[in-house]
Amino acid sequence: MLGLSKKDTTFLLIVIFLTLATPILLQPFPEGSPLAQFNAGYPDLMQRFAIYGIFAIGFNILFGLTGYLSFGHAAFLGVGSYSVVWMYKLLSYNVLPGLILAIITSALFALLIGYVSLRRSGIYFSILTLAFAQMSFNLAYSVLTPLTNGETGLQVYTDDPQVLMSAGAPTSPHLFGIVMNESTKIDVNGWQFTFSNGYYFCAIIAIVVFYLSLRIFRSPFGIMLRAIKTNQTRMSYTGLNARPYTLAAFVISGMYAGLAGGLLAAMDPLAGAERMQWTASGEVVLMTILGGAGTLMGPVLGAGFIKYFENIFSKINDTILHSWFSALPDGLEDAVVFMLHPFIGKGWNLTLGLLFMLVVIFLPGGLIEGGTRIWNLVTGKSRKTRSIVKDSEHQPKPPVHVN
Amino acid sequence: MGILEVTNVNKRFGGLQALSNVNLDVGQGTVHAIIGPNGAGKSTLLNVLVGKLIPDTGTVMFNGASVLGRKPYEINQLGISRVFQTPEIFGDLTVFENMLIPCFAKRDGAFRLHALESIASEAALIELAEHMLREVNMIDKRHMTASSLSRGDKRRLEMAMCLVQEPKLLLLDEPTAGMARADTNNTIDLLNQIHDSREITMVIIEHDMHVVFSLAKRITVLAQGTPLVEDTPENIKGHPKVKEAYLGEAAA
Repeated sequence: MLGLSKKDTTFLLIVIFLTLATPILLQPFPEGSPLAQFNAGYPDLMQRFAIYGIFAIGFNILFGLTGYLSFGHAAFLGVGSYSVVWMYKLLSYNVLPGLILAIITSALFALLIGYVSLRRSGIYFSILTLAFAQMSFNLAYSVLTPLTNGETGLQVYTDDPQVLMSAGAPTSPHLFGIVMNESTKIDVNGWQFTFSNGYYFCAIIAIVVFYLSLRIFRSPFGIMLRAIKTNQTRMSYTGLNARPYTLAAFVISGMYAGLAGGLLAAMDPLAGAERMQWTASGEVVLMTILGGAGTLMGPVLGAGFIKYFENIFSKINDTILHSWFSALPDGLEDAVVFMLHPFIGKGWNLTLGLLFMLVVIFLPGGLIEGGTRIWNLVTGKSRKTRSIVKDSEHQPKPPVHVN
Repeated sequence: MGILEVTNVNKRFGGLQALSNVNLDVGQGTVHAIIGPNGAGKSTLLNVLVGKLIPDTGTVMFNGASVLGRKPYEINQLGISRVFQTPEIFGDLTVFENMLIPCFAKRDGAFRLHALESIASEAALIELAEHMLREVNMIDKRHMTASSLSRGDKRRLEMAMCLVQEPKLLLLDEPTAGMARADTNNTIDLLNQIHDSREITMVIIEHDMHVVFSLAKRITVLAQGTPLVEDTPENIKGHPKVKEAYLGEAAA
């Protein structure tokens, strides 16, 4: 189906199901229970999962397949956001023209940055992309203020032209009248599920671009990109020019980033220069490595993981800790809370950093590798037994016993 | 007139004259070996042949076109394939994917954005790749990761990847370096078989005399950057100048 093998089709269907059921799956605890604060099923966070998932999927096409580590992808994220807000200002709050413009402008940016940066590989390439992203950030922050509104950030004002705006049109981002920040809440036995227009808009786009990345991974082009990562000497002596292949991968991943940036502005009609800062570029690298570079689902998992930490772990404060450990004797309670204090609230970065280190050291293949290992343990297909089966093919056959 | 003509090539690195007045004429369909002691300029010459080094003077013509200053992928498109001293293959990819890449390159040229096409629909190329794998007896290993192959198999795969593109000239840089005797003999058999079935012109740079005399139809002896003699293997064997170059003056 859709030009995919049977296995990939099943995989895609599972991904579609999980994405569409996210508002239910991420709401495992009933409202009012002490664990409800771990629920992640609210629109703002789910939109971030989908948007940063798209960002990471695109980044993975470049980094996972070709091995070129770009440290400047946030530039495209910012370009995408600015494009969408400009379309709001000039045309109307319909997100479609903005998203199309976001993809086009980020592709042009990626073409320019990629053309220069891809003259080098390895660390030099990373530094070049980082330099470009920082230049973009500084341009957006100060020099290009008429275009980006500097440190205030670009937003829509009442005196903006908005030439396509009709009288009764919504005054926040919408798609042909479907308003992004509207949602339906459904209560079932104490559980509350929020189905938001904005999330489903992002989710459907995420499914489409995931499908595209699956096709790219399985295409001859995908094999060529992996060949570049493995051996560029053989690549060129086989009659292939690696440069246009890496440039194409760079532009494609830049377009993904531009789309993600556009969607950020489609959910919330603002665009600020901080979106282009180097920390944002670093974040997508972390997402991809944490989830598993070069795997299809890994980057999405990594994106979800980091965004979950950022939004949920950071909300835990000392009062909540005290309520958890209230059963302990007073002195001990205070001691435990004191010990955990640096890892929660504003210290969520510390916890994430530790987890990142653990993953990189013990699971070089990222969360996906962890998942595979657990799956093999559960199904009894441990690595040991597999390797023994494999080895026996290469070992001499036992001598036939002669009586 | 030969398929590959090297005329009056000089190359100097600082104070070292690596190649001086090299003339070489490789005939169509022959197996031409270039031998010589260490430092004779064999590798320099090979790098000149693939356009990697540009000589100070002289020309290198292949089929009437100059190879000098061309990029490796352009050299390949002229019809020159190269086998390296240590096999250069795509280690992270499977044997079958390794075979597919040269098939795609031969058909589609240096670049094509086939990002949304599926491999399964390329029946003709799959057939070609499998046919070649069968010819080198590696079809059973098609799903193995190339880096896990034995050294002999890596060499076999590399040659298959070159041959599937039907090159006019195959350059081999010490194809048996570091191999066990059995693997060396297998490689010799493979190369002889390739030559008999396809009439491909081959240029071999080699240290191992056993390999050279099993394969070559003509031999050029290089010493200190200059060709000493060029002749058939029978005549080279007892040639006094060759003994001199290899064993020193006393033996001559």
